[in-house]
Amino acid sequence: MSEQEIILRLKKIVEPYVQRLEGLNNFREETDFLRDLEINSANLVDVVLDVEDEFDIMIDNDSMDGMLTVGDAKDIIQNKIG
Amino acid sequence: MHSDQIISRLPYSSPFLFVDAISEVNENSITGSYYFSPELDFYKGHFKTEPVTPGVILTECMAQIGLVCFGIYLLNSENSEQDQPKIAMTSSDVEYLLPVPPGEEVRVVSEKIYYRFNKLKCRVKMFNAEEKLVCRGELAGMILASKSGSNE
Repeated sequence: MSEQEIILRLKKIVEPYVQRLEGLNNFREETDFLRDLEINSANLVDVVLDVEDEFDIMIDNDSMDGMLTVGDAKDIIQNKIG
Repeated sequence: MHSDQIISRLPYSSPFLFVDAISEVNENSITGSYYFSPELDFYKGHFKTEPVTPGVILTECMAQIGLVCFGIYLLNSENSEQDQPKIAMTSSDVEYLLPVPPGEEVRVVSEKIYYRFNKLKCRVKMFNAEEKLVCRGELAGMILASKSGSNE
């Protein structure tokens, strides 16, 4: 799966939880889930669970803690799907 | 963990405690009850002419049983040593189907949707004394543990 495809799928997953819609226009690796998209931290758990379903992977507590940006999420997904 | 042990760990007291008893609890669900005494203060104003239990209070009752009591039980099962966990409601999406008059006993049933990364999300239903569904919805909360416990 290409990096672009992962990021595209991620964008679809996060969309329902985004409070700052302008953040979606410029959705890239540096995009910060809390700061740029204003996803509330409780909903970030739902994002992670949706990522698990979409990519058929398990995400542990440490990975969750390090998942602050789109790029972080992409790296974790890439590592897990090998 | 018994009903009384769970209730004794709740951070609420009268007039904001809306749990009388927990009748059943396991890893997947919890059932509890509460009697809405006609003496409760809010009936004087909601409404001026006809007392009805406010929806926010029904939601609070569902949350105290379905999220907080359940969360205390789940944390305890993880052998967490905390005796006073902090649980903050993070979202509620509830439909109100029937009014609850003063003097009614309600039963709340909460089923776990997931408990991951310290977030507990549940499908919660409230039934009246006639076993009719009075409200239903989804509630979620974060269990703020000061010790970092795993919930995998």
